[in-house]
Amino acid sequence: MMYSMNKGAVVTINNHKTIGRWVRVLAAGVMGVTLGTTVLSTAAGAASTPGVTSSSISIGATVPLTGPAAPGYDEIAPAMNAIFAWANAHGGVNGRKIKYTYLDDGYNPANTATLTRQLVLQDNIFADVGSLGTPTQTAVQSFLNSQKVPQLFIESGCNCWSSSKYPESSGWQPPYTVEGKILGAYIKAHFAGEKVGYLTQGDEFGQDFIKGLNMEIPSTSVVSRQTYDASTLAGPLSNQVAALKAAGVQVVAMATIPAATALAMLPAAAIGYAPQYVISNVGADAPTVGPLLSSFTAKGGGTAAQAAAAGGLLNGVITDSYFAPENDVSNPWVQVEKKILEKYAPSLYAKSGLDGNTQYGVALGYTFIQALQAAGKSPTRAGLLAAIAKSGKSFVTPGYVPLSYTSSVHYGYQGAEVVKLSTTAPPAVTPSGSWIGGTAVGPIETTNVGSGPIVTYKGKVSTPPQKLASTS
Amino acid sequence: MIRHLTLTLFAAAILYFVTSALSPYDDFLVGEIALYLIALAGLSLLTGVNGQISLGQGAFMAVGAYTMALLMTHTKLNFTIELVAAIGAAAVLGLVIGIPATRLKGPYLAGMTLLLALALPPIADKWNGTFGGDQGLTTTVPTAPGTINSEQWLAWIEIAGALLTLVLLANLLRSRFGRSFRAVRDDEIAASLAGVHVARTKVTAFVVSAGCAGLAGAFLGLSTGVVNTGEFPLTLSIQLLAAMVVGGTGSLMGMWWGAILLVYLPQWSTSLSGHFNLGSGVSAYLAIIIFGAVLIVVMMVAPTGIQGGLRRVWGLASRRWSRLSSVGPAPTTTAPTTTAPTTGSSSSRHVDDRDGQ
Repeated sequence: MMYSMNKGAVVTINNHKTIGRWVRVLAAGVMGVTLGTTVLSTAAGAASTPGVTSSSISIGATVPLTGPAAPGYDEIAPAMNAIFAWANAHGGVNGRKIKYTYLDDGYNPANTATLTRQLVLQDNIFADVGSLGTPTQTAVQSFLNSQKVPQLFIESGCNCWSSSKYPESSGWQPPYTVEGKILGAYIKAHFAGEKVGYLTQGDEFGQDFIKGLNMEIPSTSVVSRQTYDASTLAGPLSNQVAALKAAGVQVVAMATIPAATALAMLPAAAIGYAPQYVISNVGADAPTVGPLLSSFTAKGGGTAAQAAAAGGLLNGVITDSYFAPENDVSNPWVQVEKKILEKYAPSLYAKSGLDGNTQYGVALGYTFIQALQAAGKSPTRAGLLAAIAKSGKSFVTPGYVPLSYTSSVHYGYQGAEVVKLSTTAPPAVTPSGSWIGGTAVGPIETTNVGSGPIVTYKGKVSTPPQKLASTS
Repeated sequence: MIRHLTLTLFAAAILYFVTSALSPYDDFLVGEIALYLIALAGLSLLTGVNGQISLGQGAFMAVGAYTMALLMTHTKLNFTIELVAAIGAAAVLGLVIGIPATRLKGPYLAGMTLLLALALPPIADKWNGTFGGDQGLTTTVPTAPGTINSEQWLAWIEIAGALLTLVLLANLLRSRFGRSFRAVRDDEIAASLAGVHVARTKVTAFVVSAGCAGLAGAFLGLSTGVVNTGEFPLTLSIQLLAAMVVGGTGSLMGMWWGAILLVYLPQWSTSLSGHFNLGSGVSAYLAIIIFGAVLIVVMMVAPTGIQGGLRRVWGLASRRWSRLSSVGPAPTTTAPTTTAPTTGSSSSRHVDDRDGQ
């Protein structure tokens, strides 16, 4: 406490010393910045098309590898890399090997903004392919478009990717509104007169899904609308489930992430409430939701037998699917996906096996390979977009319906079939165990995010080309 | 005041040349350093100089960012006015939170500010019509003059904001307010006996700190190009606090180190893991591991942070030098020994030193 006694004197000294210290610390700061930047600065060669050399093509993405969104979603980019490794092992695309750099943004848009600039301005990627998330990719949409960098096949079903304002951006999976319409129409047709309730995530995911449901289900039969907040999702959704039960809801339509599906089904079972569940694709992947049901039961004090039985809650759940699910082992696409993952991503396959996420990655990666092929021998960014707009519809992919890309439509699949999970269907077998499989209960249908009708798809369902099927 | 301004202009000139020489990507990172510097400087004032711990700096940043983005969406106001409004809105919330906070100390205050960081994002999700929900609100950087690329222009705006903030804070800390801040931190009873209004001083510190966070948040919104809740997770507030400790709690200039670490550590760790071909399971966590290691090492080697450590090294070196050069007749440069008691010389200088600069 000495200093307070002769404070005045010390302050005087400080004033004498001030200028020197300012110089020092400012200089230190500036030097630090300079040092930091020179370490990283690399003289980027001015190629005619960024990221393209005679023997390689660099693409990049930002995905969550850590944080709350990582479980499951962290499998997609490595699975994409598996199909790229297959292409590279077979001579590459038009003689160029694909170099795929995926960086972890932890699902935080501020990180996405920085890392995407790193990929574009420093690593000189040709295109951003297969980046994940609505909030994260919204954050870089304007930057990528202003830099004229293709933002391809965004892993999100937001309705926001097809816009004339952002010609470089495009989605890939069916928009949530399309899923909502198809499932809504199924509810209207098969559960007429029953009371319907909604349980949705309180963001665009939930709202876009509801938009689709509302186009099909008469508003008079919707008696309860419940939401949850994804960022604070920690415990059972008991209140929402109790409200649905109290309102006498017989059919619950859900737009939920896998954890939320489990956190709704468990408290419902606990209070003896067994409605018909109709769940959007992302929230009903049995190899993802099944283990969650078991582990939450065990954490909640359930016995081992109860935990093992919890996966059975998925029996009877109705969902939708836009490519053959993993348990359909006779499907040639599923066989190819399994072979490619086994051979080109052995550690991923040992950990996750074939599930909704790894299948998704392989299918999306294969879509890009064809886009690159269509872009020709000397690809440019504009040429790639033009190729997708021109021939995207004829790309051969695992999807049930063809991709719907044109110069103005930047959505991928706009169709799906309704599937029922059932103990009588062949199970999905993964390294984590054997999970309930699904069977189709309706035809493959297509529609759009607007008021377009739902049409039964009459076209052909693709089969894998010979070069892919013969992979060994 | 004049000195601070001259030196700031000097720093601005250097940074002008640095940003001109760098690639657009590095300019972007320099801009990010500037914006984190602003948030850290405010936090350093609140926690280091005034002794109030806050885990809510990220929440104040969110308020500033949303204020600016809402004004950009609904009005055609001048950009500067939007920034001032962002600072103002965060400062008003700082006032609202600061008043009850005067009654809380230590972990209780940390708990209250933590609550703020947790409670604000759901509000934006709840009224997503206003706040844009998941997608958020888009922001636009004013058009760059001439042929300057947009990254460099953004960096200049952010650097200008950071230097202005540092000048104002440095002057504030040198004024009566600064002395009151420190007096309250060291001993509230003694401070009030000396005539310092303790509660008012604490609230002032809160308001100033929140205002800084508001500006930093607005800049983060500009850098990102969009403002949504995902940008302001709880980890942001915690990282800011940790970066402040590493830089040197209570120091303004030490915040340079904190900001540089926040921005460049993930970069370095990415190139490091690329260099050693680390698997994604390791590389994803490498930045946070290094950050933790740096925090531990700095606390062991230099408990007053990087800035405190450097100052100690500098002090030792200059004392040795002055001893060597004071063979001559008048040892004028060793003034401290004449005013400070010999026993407490280094520690007393140290305590007063870390405030302000």
